[in-house]
Amino acid sequence: MSFTPIRSLILISVLTIFAAAVSGAGFFLPKDLSFQIFDRDFSRDLSLRQGLDLQGGLQLVLETDMSEIPGSEREDALDSAQSVIERRVDFLGVTEPFIQTSRLGDSYRVLVDLPGITDPDEALKLVGQTAQLDFREGENLDQRTGLTGKDLAKAAVEFDQAGKPQIALTFTAEGGEKFAEITGRNVGKRLAIFLDDAILTAPVVKEQITGNAVITGDFTLEEAKRIVAQLNAGALPTPILVLERRQVGPTIGQEALAKSVAAGLVGLALVIFFMIGNYGRLGILAAAALVVYGILTLALYKLIPVTLTLSGVAGFILSVGMAVDANILIFERIKEERRWGKDLKVAMELGFGRAWDAIRDANVATLMTVFILFNPFNWPFLVTSGMVRGFALTLGLGVLLSLFTGIVVTRTLVRVFYR
Amino acid sequence: MINFMRYKWFFFLFSALVIGPGLISLVLFGLKPSIDFTGGTLWEIEVSQQSAANNEQVEQVLEEEGFSSEVQSSGENRFLIRTMPLDVSQKNLISGELLKVVGEFAEIRFETLGPRIGRELLQKALLGVVLAIFALAAYIAYRFANIVYGLAAILAVFHDMLVLLGTFSLLGYFFGIEIDTLFVTAVLTTLSFSVHDTIVVFDRIREIGRKTAESNLEQVVNQAVGETLVRSLNNSLTIIFMLTALFVLGGETLRWFVFALLVGTITGTYSSTFTAAPLLLVLKSLRGKTLGNS
Repeated sequence: MSFTPIRSLILISVLTIFAAAVSGAGFFLPKDLSFQIFDRDFSRDLSLRQGLDLQGGLQLVLETDMSEIPGSEREDALDSAQSVIERRVDFLGVTEPFIQTSRLGDSYRVLVDLPGITDPDEALKLVGQTAQLDFREGENLDQRTGLTGKDLAKAAVEFDQAGKPQIALTFTAEGGEKFAEITGRNVGKRLAIFLDDAILTAPVVKEQITGNAVITGDFTLEEAKRIVAQLNAGALPTPILVLERRQVGPTIGQEALAKSVAAGLVGLALVIFFMIGNYGRLGILAAAALVVYGILTLALYKLIPVTLTLSGVAGFILSVGMAVDANILIFERIKEERRWGKDLKVAMELGFGRAWDAIRDANVATLMTVFILFNPFNWPFLVTSGMVRGFALTLGLGVLLSLFTGIVVTRTLVRVFYR
Repeated sequence: MINFMRYKWFFFLFSALVIGPGLISLVLFGLKPSIDFTGGTLWEIEVSQQSAANNEQVEQVLEEEGFSSEVQSSGENRFLIRTMPLDVSQKNLISGELLKVVGEFAEIRFETLGPRIGRELLQKALLGVVLAIFALAAYIAYRFANIVYGLAAILAVFHDMLVLLGTFSLLGYFFGIEIDTLFVTAVLTTLSFSVHDTIVVFDRIREIGRKTAESNLEQVVNQAVGETLVRSLNNSLTIIFMLTALFVLGGETLRWFVFALLVGTITGTYSSTFTAAPLLLVLKSLRGKTLGNS
């Protein structure tokens, strides 16, 4: 199939209508999209994701104190700390928390984003405490046995003969004695393991256990690993230190967002007036392409999805100013070709063709900088700040998308409507 | 055709006049780093309408608890407190005392960073700038095998960096404007704008040089500058429209980030035409002389 201008126009229109539906979802259309293509189901929540600085919340950089942990076990201890924090965050009921570990030299860190938290001090107290593990017995599993995380040397995932995962517990010498005594008086009853005063698991004691224990059950491998990580966090507790804390109230972000959107609209109007004033009917087509750009960008943010930060909004607004770059390069080239005596139609095609080199060059430099700012491979020696990344992401997407709207969309519009 | 290059020394003088004060300020006062780089606490609170609290009172509350601080008004009934890093118990202590003095207050934001994080961020940011400059230099070297073109483009980049750093040094000294991680982001972004504008002009110089038999470089540069000026200006104007709208209407949080981008865009546009292009001529003639002598 060849791309005649009319066909291109139809394709672009279809794309734009689809994008407009995605962009509009959540405003004047339902925000959940589900449809079927062949036999595959697609279902997506199409609300625009707002970063922590927009919806308010708490952002923490925590450092785990590894001074008591031997070097070879530090990676595991960090995973354990993460697992424990995830559990506590679950308990807080935060929607869409973000918890990640990071290692910089000798510093083992857990990065925690808790959007929409209403009581940050309370949340920090809960998240930042050192893990407390203890074993409890009795009818209601509420009597402390005196066996705690200190007595547990380590936990590990093992597999039985059938290949089913199970959890192996290794005790210290003293812990082993206590454990033998406790299991001795609890044969046939449940013995519960508590982490941070919440029950982790409560297996039934089959017989008195001297030495090491194995917990069997219907665990999936994932579950077993998670429980082991949490047991280890209790066995090798790593005190947590707050290195960085940023917290934003729920209103300031929305205020700033509303202001930025207003500013963006004013800027957009200025750019459209400028383009029409300078390039007349071509300017109108460029403005139309710019609107298509806006719709496509918003749809892309929702589909990827991009978590929008305030700096990301700034990146988007900046990218609107840059999106007409390609148009300006092309239109100026058309003017020049006309000046050199080319016929309008020829000048137009030449303008689109010859401006390409300049357009490409104009964007390579920006994309290189975006790469360094976005730091896609999470290199620890570069900035990983959410503000910086948010800006880089929207700017980079803007540059790429504006190549499409600035060249393909504008060229199609010009070919069809500019005669 | 306008003979732009006749005025090249005037352009250099203009740059010097713009950069001079900023450079002096940079040497004498440096830049004012935010808590991103030094560590510390930034705490913004909003008191009720009825509260008659003022900056001094807030400052005094912290003083009495043993924390030296700097308190600014950041809007109606809003205070911005800068002090050393605070942990939860210290914060609770101050909160309690503040409550007695200013009445009920809402927390707009609270940021606290240890000095170690600040030092790390500074290192990362500097490394980012260095990497970006190397990447841009490599790109320029690839696009222009000719060293003179590359050198002129890089010098223009340094020109823009000096303008931006100088401006913020002055802003920091006179108005207390701080540089933070986003400022570094703005610097990197404007460096790439500057390079791409320069490439557009230089490409045109080479294109004209090839097409016409014109051997006088000054003539070629004049023609190239004349042909690309409107285009560069229009490109930058649309960006300037968006940024100006954001600077005026966009609210406090990103104001100085946007301002840095604005300054960078303007100097980047200026330097491509009025710094990089004339520098090319000067460098060419210098090179010609040394070659002639040897």
